[in-house]
Amino acid sequence: MILNCKDLTHREINKIIRNAIENGEKELVMNNINGQGYLFAGIKSDIRAIINGVPGNDLGGMMDGPNIFVNANIQDCVGNTMNGGKIVIHGDAGDILGYAMRGGRIFVKGKVGYRCGIHMKAFEDKIPVIVIGEDAGDFLGEYMASGIIVVLCKNKSKFDSDYIGVGMHGGAIYLRGEVDERNLGKGVEILPLDEWDVNFLTEVLKEYSSDMNTNEKYDISSFIKLSPLNSRPFQNLYSY
Amino acid sequence: MSKIIPEFIVKKNEDKCINCKVCVRQCSEEVYKYFEDFDLIRIYDDKCVGCHRCDLMCPTDALTITKNNSQYKENSHWDNYTIKSIKKQAETGGMILTGSGNDKPYTSYWDRILLDASQVTNPAIDPIREPMELRTYLGKKSDKLSIKEENGEIFLETELSPQLKIETPIMFSAMSYGSISLNTCESLASAASKLGTFYNTGEGGLHKKLYKYGKNTIGQVASGRFGVHTDYLNACAAIEIKIGQGAKPGIGGHLPGEKVTVEISQTRMMPPGTDAISPAPHHDIYSIEDLKQLIALIKEATDYEKPVLVKIAAVHNSAAIASGIARAGADVIVIDGFRGGTGAAPSVIRDNTGIPIEVALAVIDQRLRDESIRNDVSIVAAGGIRSSADAVKAIALGADAVYIGTAALVAMGCTLCQKCYKGKCNWGLTTQDPVLTRRLNPAIGSQNLVNLVNSWSLEIKEIIGSMGINAIEALRGNRYRLRGIGLSDVESDILGIEHAGM
Repeated sequence: MILNCKDLTHREINKIIRNAIENGEKELVMNNINGQGYLFAGIKSDIRAIINGVPGNDLGGMMDGPNIFVNANIQDCVGNTMNGGKIVIHGDAGDILGYAMRGGRIFVKGKVGYRCGIHMKAFEDKIPVIVIGEDAGDFLGEYMASGIIVVLCKNKSKFDSDYIGVGMHGGAIYLRGEVDERNLGKGVEILPLDEWDVNFLTEVLKEYSSDMNTNEKYDISSFIKLSPLNSRPFQNLYSY
Repeated sequence: MSKIIPEFIVKKNEDKCINCKVCVRQCSEEVYKYFEDFDLIRIYDDKCVGCHRCDLMCPTDALTITKNNSQYKENSHWDNYTIKSIKKQAETGGMILTGSGNDKPYTSYWDRILLDASQVTNPAIDPIREPMELRTYLGKKSDKLSIKEENGEIFLETELSPQLKIETPIMFSAMSYGSISLNTCESLASAASKLGTFYNTGEGGLHKKLYKYGKNTIGQVASGRFGVHTDYLNACAAIEIKIGQGAKPGIGGHLPGEKVTVEISQTRMMPPGTDAISPAPHHDIYSIEDLKQLIALIKEATDYEKPVLVKIAAVHNSAAIASGIARAGADVIVIDGFRGGTGAAPSVIRDNTGIPIEVALAVIDQRLRDESIRNDVSIVAAGGIRSSADAVKAIALGADAVYIGTAALVAMGCTLCQKCYKGKCNWGLTTQDPVLTRRLNPAIGSQNLVNLVNSWSLEIKEIIGSMGINAIEALRGNRYRLRGIGLSDVESDILGIEHAGM
């Protein structure tokens, strides 16, 4: 189904999406998107959507299942509290991407803004994954409880954003390149990759390249892993 | 830890004791220890938290718990709590934790407000023989209704906002599964459904067993976003965004990994055994505009069918914040005063932060009226509502309804020992220990809650009847029916009520 979204409000578009899903539609092409927010909010379906144009904030917020391909840049709060599905962005993304996401994957071709992947979680067989092509702003993976963030640091040899993984108590951040210890949040440790990491990165980067329509291969040995020293950072704050 | 002076003395009357060891089995704090070799029960006073489980369960009334009069030398500046806290901190280096609501002797404005009644000139109403209306609708009210006529048929053109219908203006406030046991959650849920009101999941998600009470459930979305997913949003009748809590304004939550059992982890949708941390702010909300965005997201995700509540702690500039929340599109503003309860909070925050609900409520209601946006939102007052009189005063100060939390726990057995954070609640409320949680039978807990709310509802009818009012909505914001006693001019002014005699 091809949808011309010119002059439609986000509410109208979401209504069309919900109806299309009810009618068994499997693929949507959404043209002329221009700043409409909250698209696919709370939608539980395996529908595939191609978005042409720049969507507004909160794309895929609380959604569970859709596969969304965005052929443009994107604004803030992509995949807020998302439970499952995939968002592929052929451009840059704004702040707070993947806040509290519990499952699914978000792939970004370019950069993301501040506070990406805050408080990511995992649940049973769900492990949320964010892969960023170029760079991420400060507070990457703050409060991370679980899940995985990969930054490919293209056009960059050193990852130099501040406060990486502040308050992190689970999950992992993989960086391709170096990082100074002073950029890390308290309690975050640089670790070598183990076998699970190598297998995981190989699998996820293959999927990333395929979604980005490239044959690019990455040297897994050039990655470092950041993980919290302690899964209970708040343990010794209190006296009973 | 070195020895501290016990707060309580446990006395066992040997003449009455039949050595049945009920006390040994009942006390999770291990105050009583039985030594088989000597056939002797030894008592450790220093472990007693004063919850009175043992003496109330003792079949022969052989036990008495009394305050230990042997304390540090009396000093009105350096009281015993302060001295003990310093000693504890000197040993551990940690923040002192506490549970339940602020128990310090700050002014209670509820106790300085008196109600009006009708005499001669306007007749009082007897609720036994005349219908009294307590039903309340929470949500945005339309300023006007546009009606359209087409082909002889009449249509409502105005899009009405979703409302929560409550049969009595009392709801159960947010307490998460994790901070309280599942039996306690179920008692609240089933009581809410029997009463035609709502209970609130808190931040712990919604247990599978409780989905059937969805029509009477307010689901919370807090900074940790635990258990928030589409089925949860769809199951609940309304969604509450928790920004703050009266007992700990500006403080996040932290459920220690020990308490995150397999069942709790499934409800919260997180791995078992890890700390459940709710950051102090929502990191996607740093402004009213950001809040507006989350409200819009939730409305969009639930297809505009459910009201969205926003809960804030009562703080110094609550009125301006409330105005922002109303303008951000919330349907209901919940204000939680500084007496509000908690499962765990640093005592320094609980005891020193926030403002009384009476004051916050009065200034927020006035501010929204001044800005002509009072009808855009309903107001729910929370935080230390102890009785139907407090509820009536809250409504006359401007609330549409009240939330009760501590009172609900007391109805289910709580004795306010304030040790909720230890997870050993002897009354089976704030614990996950299966031996202890069995102590609350949800059928009985639910019945006790129904009884409590029914008695308050009867009392509210009696009170408004005495004022000559037959519908609770006629009392809302009707401060003329309140008078202050012992209030300064500033206090009367802020509360917007005249002094008694005026």
